[in-house]
Amino acid sequence: MQTDLAHKIASHPRYQELKARRSSFGWRLTLAMLAVYYGFILLVAFDKPFLATRLGDGVMTIGMPIGLGVIVFTIVITVFYVRRANDEFDRLSDEINQAVLK
Amino acid sequence: MSHPSSSLTPVRAILALALLAGVCGLAQAAGADLGQAQKQATNWTAIGMFGVFVVFTLFITKWAASRTKSAADFYTAGGGITGFQNGLAIAGDYMSAASFLGISAAVMVGGFDGLIYSIGFLVGWPVVTFLLAERLRNLGKFTFADVAAFRFSQTPVRMFAASGTLVVVAFYLIAQMVGAGQLIKLLFGLEYWIAVVIVGGLMMVYVLFGGMTATTWVQIIKAILLLGGATFMAFMVLWNFGFSPEAMFAKAVEVKTGLAAAAGKTPEEAAAAGFSIMGPGGFIKDPISAVSFGMALMFGTAGLPHILMRFFTVPNAKEARKSVGWATAWIGYFYILTFIIGFGAITFVLTNPDFLDAKGALKGGGNMAAIHLANAVGGNVFLGFISAVAFATILAVVAGLTLSGASAVSHDLYATVIKKGKADSAAELKVSRLTTVALGVVAVVLGIAFEKQNIAFMVSLAFAIAASANFPVLLMSVLWKGCTTRGVVIGGFLGLISSVGLTVVSPAVWEATLGNPKGSALFPYASPALFSMTIGFVGIWLFSILDSSARGRQDRDGFLAQQVRSETGIGAAGASGH
Repeated sequence: MQTDLAHKIASHPRYQELKARRSSFGWRLTLAMLAVYYGFILLVAFDKPFLATRLGDGVMTIGMPIGLGVIVFTIVITVFYVRRANDEFDRLSDEINQAVLK
Repeated sequence: MSHPSSSLTPVRAILALALLAGVCGLAQAAGADLGQAQKQATNWTAIGMFGVFVVFTLFITKWAASRTKSAADFYTAGGGITGFQNGLAIAGDYMSAASFLGISAAVMVGGFDGLIYSIGFLVGWPVVTFLLAERLRNLGKFTFADVAAFRFSQTPVRMFAASGTLVVVAFYLIAQMVGAGQLIKLLFGLEYWIAVVIVGGLMMVYVLFGGMTATTWVQIIKAILLLGGATFMAFMVLWNFGFSPEAMFAKAVEVKTGLAAAAGKTPEEAAAAGFSIMGPGGFIKDPISAVSFGMALMFGTAGLPHILMRFFTVPNAKEARKSVGWATAWIGYFYILTFIIGFGAITFVLTNPDFLDAKGALKGGGNMAAIHLANAVGGNVFLGFISAVAFATILAVVAGLTLSGASAVSHDLYATVIKKGKADSAAELKVSRLTTVALGVVAVVLGIAFEKQNIAFMVSLAFAIAASANFPVLLMSVLWKGCTTRGVVIGGFLGLISSVGLTVVSPAVWEATLGNPKGSALFPYASPALFSMTIGFVGIWLFSILDSSARGRQDRDGFLAQQVRSETGIGAAGASGH
């Protein structure tokens, strides 16, 4: 890409908006995922008995829904990002595209 | 655009396969009442179904070969794969036989520990989605090195990326080949080495002639078959317990308690051993191993070359995001299934003497839990189906790995480093094919050399290396302005060397593989990632900020243009080679 075009896009207010929004959204979700996963791993490392605590009279332990919950959370947070990015971020990209390439 | 053999569309071909498999199954079911003497027939079902898969995929390869004319076709199927298709293909790459057989076996042995293992494999996907997927698509063309080397001096960065790719591919291939050998040994009664040679040969045919088009469609079909088969198994297990997880877990605890008691434990010890599958056990021994292992799995996903390559087969960033969304959903679903399958194996396989040898161990080795369960819940025909699918899985994954290894050599080393970007497409294609043959031979040799290793663990070694070498280089080059050629090359190699080195002196390789006495390993932890990833990142950072060369200034100046393209996709490599 020619440098002047790059500068033209970079100074476009929509581009600044896209970059800021995507970056903060992406990092916030990344931190959420890291917190959930490493929270789980640290629980495994430091408090095994907690995860093996029985729920009620049967053999079901609290670790099972927590573990399954991590899997479900992972899927949900990914789909959440993809939906928002494919809607909002792509619209901003298109606007920038039309503005600078016309 | 019309091709001579395009009448065989993949969709039509899938229908044909389903029909053939059905006919084959019916014929076998009809003959299944003939008693014990027919036991051998089990193998023929598996062989028959696998034969159908092979014939069918060879037709796809023939169709794909007619569309594989340029290097772009070979590497990325001409960029014409949709997000949904690519999501299935990525899931297919990820749902290797090592994860299907290895994780269900790990759940059967350790219960909850197996869940920890599979969660680790899943959580890297959001990170790939949030930080890399669309940027990769916007910056890259054929390989992840296109992205890593975007604004840097090409030769050194490409040489690093090719090394990172080949080392990861080698470890991952070993795991797949070992799985293939064990599986076919059990099912077809062939010698281990013959099985490995068959896999190597078939894989070479797919990649050589069909390139990424064949590799992708073989992967998609296998993903559908595997998800379908695993869904049926999990359904049958749950159905047997009236869809009550509590009932399933209770029975599993009872079985494990019984086994512990039979092994000579006191009733209290046996009860504790039985209940241990409901919580974390010995899989993660210390906090450092736990975190280190988690980092390898989480960030390794973002550094696997054969997965990263798939982001270039879709036309744009939107489809790249969709791919990874679908892939995450399918993979997460699959891990829930393997968890149920593992518990099903405790209740149906460990209790059935047909599946156990004289010592009470699984016939065919520890990784055969899911295969025996298929027999238990679906009979011989379904056993044949799952065996054929597991074998197909290995073939498809091995093909994808080989393709990414071959691309690293032909696109990164030959076309960019040796020919300085001026190689013609035909010559580049020829080099890819020669490399494919070479990698096939190496895979067979390594597969035979590593026969006795636990295959799921071998995969985690590949992840540690991907997390420590490829991932830091990709992330820093895409997101950090201050990053320079010198930084990524030195830091990347430090990550690569330290992860491989620490792996060699870890217990799994130093003691279990190289035969040194127990306790002699210099590096005590299960995974090197915590240390080697840190070394990689710090190396990149340190050697970048210390870099005051003219090249370093040029690298930093190039960041703005790179960032604009990675964010907006303006100027990104054209979608289709057609």
